[in-house]
Amino acid sequence: MTTVVFNRRNLLAAGGAVLATGVSGLLLPARAAGLAPTETMSGGANNYRKGAAIVDRIGKGGFWMSGTVRRAGDGAPLAGQRIQIWAHTVEGQEHEPQSHGATLTDKDGKFRLEMPQIIPIFGQPHGHLAYDSGEFKTVFLRPVMRSAKETSLEAHFVLQPA
Amino acid sequence: MTGWRLARAILIWVALALAIGVPIAAAATSEQLAWRGPVYILAGFAGIIALGLVLVQPLLIGGYLAPLSAYRGRRAHHWIGGTLAFAVVIHVAGLWITSPPDMIDALTFSSPTPFSPFGVVAMWAIFIVALLASLRRRLELRPRTWRIIHIPLAIVIVAGSVVHCLLIEGTMETISKVVLCVLVLAVTVKVMIDLQVWRKRRTLRGESGARSAAEGPGLL
Repeated sequence: MTTVVFNRRNLLAAGGAVLATGVSGLLLPARAAGLAPTETMSGGANNYRKGAAIVDRIGKGGFWMSGTVRRAGDGAPLAGQRIQIWAHTVEGQEHEPQSHGATLTDKDGKFRLEMPQIIPIFGQPHGHLAYDSGEFKTVFLRPVMRSAKETSLEAHFVLQPA
Repeated sequence: MTGWRLARAILIWVALALAIGVPIAAAATSEQLAWRGPVYILAGFAGIIALGLVLVQPLLIGGYLAPLSAYRGRRAHHWIGGTLAFAVVIHVAGLWITSPPDMIDALTFSSPTPFSPFGVVAMWAIFIVALLASLRRRLELRPRTWRIIHIPLAIVIVAGSVVHCLLIEGTMETISKVVLCVLVLAVTVKVMIDLQVWRKRRTLRGESGARSAAEGPGLL
């Protein structure tokens, strides 16, 4: 006959195992649903101008905005997607046309656009990005730089069908 | 005034001038100004001046600014309160003109910037105090009622303004900004302790007269 011994060590181990399976069991369904779509950030659409032209560079450059565009669910990279970018930079305010530009994602769903140095506006150094081409649901992002001295900023889109 | 009292009064005035003047001068040399329009610059400085006035207010009401008498200090507190409300109007209007959607987000508490709600709450507290102060006689507010209204709002104004200012990354130079904010908090706490604002009393005016007589000019 086997005697089951309850002591603190095996109770903790058993409890830990139950907790681990229980918690992962709770988390797994969320994973099965796949990559969640990116929500529009508050203030993301501020000073947006519709239809910014695709450019090689905004203004004189010196600052890099980059990121990725993927599909919600399976996370597949989305090529050829148009991303619009604007910010308050050393060459102009957010609402001014010369502060706006757009670029397309490459085959790996990556985009990268050179633009003038972003400077703090309304108390935070931040940029704006938009996906609004219609095939997927429109998303506006407003990433904030950790420091105004940084010379690059990233933003990532996960899009869901419109 | 005795020698010590005179020296203390001069010291306080010099410290006050530096506490407000240095942050303004430092902000005036900020490289950020090169990339801002005149309206945005005006709005920013109106905000800095408003914070400076928030420092002056408790100094006046605490009677620390000799040789202003209790009566003159109170009158000045009244006028500076009005100027503070005006500075806030310039601050908000200038920012609205600079970027309407960002200002609307702030005023509707839907802004992504963490400092905005603190500024907006402080703004409303300033407007409420200014409005009630101007209607105080008409509404026949008794001194005690007025204190119950004004003191909590004053705390909201001080705390809101300081947090708002500290979280902003803008034209203000960090050290002079932090020093001004710490002084605003310290003077507010000191005046509350000195006047024992939590204590019930019949009228401030009656007591201030008694205290002035007992302790001489320059205190309350």
